[in-house]
Amino acid sequence: MNQKTEPLLRVEDIHISFGGLKALNGVSLEVYPGEIMAIIGPNGAGKTTMLNIINGVYTPDQGRIFFEGTERPLKMKPHNVAAMGISRTFQNLALFKGMDTWCNIMVGRTQKMHSNFFSQGVYWGTSQKEEIEHREAVEWIIDFLEIENIRKQPVGMLPYGLQKRVELGRALASEPKLLLLDEPMAGMNLEEKEDIARFILDTNEEIGYTIALIEHDMGVVMDICDRIAVLDFGNKIAEGTPEEIKSNPKVIKAYLGEAEQA
Amino acid sequence: MLYRECGNYKDTYAKDMAIFPIPFDRWGLGVMLVLAFLVIPFTTSDYWLSSIMIPFYCFSLAALGLNFLTGYAGQVSLGHAAFMAVGAYASLILYSRFHVPLLLSILGGGIVSSAVGPVFGIPSLRIKGFYLAVSTLAAQFIIEWILTHWKWVSGGVFGTIDAPDLYVFGWILDTPAKKYYLVLCILVLLVVFGKNLVRGQLGRNWMAIRDMDVAAEVIGVSLFRNKLIAFAVSSFYAGVAGAMVTMAYYGAANIEEFNLVLSFHLLGAIIIGGMGTVLGSFFGAGFMILMPIFINQALLVFLERVPSDLRANSEAIVFGGLIVFFLIVEPYGMARLWHTIKDKMRLWPFPY
Repeated sequence: MNQKTEPLLRVEDIHISFGGLKALNGVSLEVYPGEIMAIIGPNGAGKTTMLNIINGVYTPDQGRIFFEGTERPLKMKPHNVAAMGISRTFQNLALFKGMDTWCNIMVGRTQKMHSNFFSQGVYWGTSQKEEIEHREAVEWIIDFLEIENIRKQPVGMLPYGLQKRVELGRALASEPKLLLLDEPMAGMNLEEKEDIARFILDTNEEIGYTIALIEHDMGVVMDICDRIAVLDFGNKIAEGTPEEIKSNPKVIKAYLGEAEQA
Repeated sequence: MLYRECGNYKDTYAKDMAIFPIPFDRWGLGVMLVLAFLVIPFTTSDYWLSSIMIPFYCFSLAALGLNFLTGYAGQVSLGHAAFMAVGAYASLILYSRFHVPLLLSILGGGIVSSAVGPVFGIPSLRIKGFYLAVSTLAAQFIIEWILTHWKWVSGGVFGTIDAPDLYVFGWILDTPAKKYYLVLCILVLLVVFGKNLVRGQLGRNWMAIRDMDVAAEVIGVSLFRNKLIAFAVSSFYAGVAGAMVTMAYYGAANIEEFNLVLSFHLLGAIIIGGMGTVLGSFFGAGFMILMPIFINQALLVFLERVPSDLRANSEAIVFGGLIVFFLIVEPYGMARLWHTIKDKMRLWPFPY
């Protein structure tokens, strides 16, 4: 990865605390175009908090956020962040359980649909054309993720692994510039993990999306990611390629504890 | 194989996304429309038309409005009777004092109501569930109070204005059958419009908010916009329903008719009928209006010698019992029950 290029996303010196707890304490991160970047760290390190800040769900107490070279206000509505081109999946499934698979993915395209209220109600002309156009895009994603057979099933009934895949599809549907994945493989068996890893790699290589992900499975992280940042108790303790991270003593300490002094 | 889904190939997305992709459903709907337009007005008595069918249609429309808000967008409202009242008074005032044509006054009633609805929807941006229910309860009390005390609107503390004769394009609507057609035409138009809304992007956004609001917002759905549109559309439908119920059924706008009990009835109707389905609104309203009448008639047969006040109470008991029974059999409402029946019919009579 060429470190000289302008980062797609740069967060600088982010501080946020909830009550007395300092969740993030001056963390800076960059995500470069075209890479798969991982944020790892023990539970409670502030990884999901970081994603929530990037999405606009939380407003940090202090810090700066740059996207595509321009600074965005710290306080921003999540749907406006989505409009900028940042999409996201969630740690605990956050699908719309009352809807079919294709409808779920279709919601992901909401920022791209503009037909007005009355035209939607009459369902004639622009509105119908738009629906069909976007349905085609959704079908492409369904095809890409190999979920054709569950297209019309309510997502609440699907097995966990498939639900995760639908959620990925929903995030892809907005054609984001930056895709944030919060533990895409949590709670999966080996086979499902391999599937998702393949889809993540395909997304990165075939479609060319930039991806930042949080994951606990070190094997997967080391295999598929270009760069890794390690958080611990709200501080960034290391950043680098998988090889550098593997041999970093601070990381080993955070994960395994300090070697006892004899 | 009464209900066939197979052998019906959808080769374009337009066909796949039609309201009724299955021919059987289209015929079924056609039969219902023929019944409603051509059979019912000519075969039933005036009593049936004016006391059962017209209120059934009006309250179906009101229930549909509430269903948009509660069933689709997930925002509970206990103030829908009040939104109906706003529509009723607004349309009557437009029609009788400003001599606006009837259809436009009914539309105007809906529009005024849809301007009031979002005002009481603003709390929904910060609170949800029970808390929102309580704040919409406030809508009920505030609107009721204003309508009774604002003399210009209601003409005094009785809160009643009589509806004059109804004319559409200079044609007087004096028989129940003519009023029936007025209500039915408006109903059909608004149901088609509403169905299109909920199966399109707006409806998907609403359901996304209902199912998981944080995720919806992160994905790009503006909560502010979509919730307020839900309140506006929902109270528009309530307002039109209120206008029609006043003009074609009660014959006068009376605040007593739009009390909290009606709000609860509407909520009950969509819960029994099926939240988040258009069909459920009709089932629910039908249940709420037709069932007491049937129970009453049935009790008349069995309990002829029982005093009438006792009979009225046993009617309420049986009705309450039926509500509980239906909800235990199918917690997701009668619309789901209907789907289960269709699923069974798909393979009937050879379920292999």
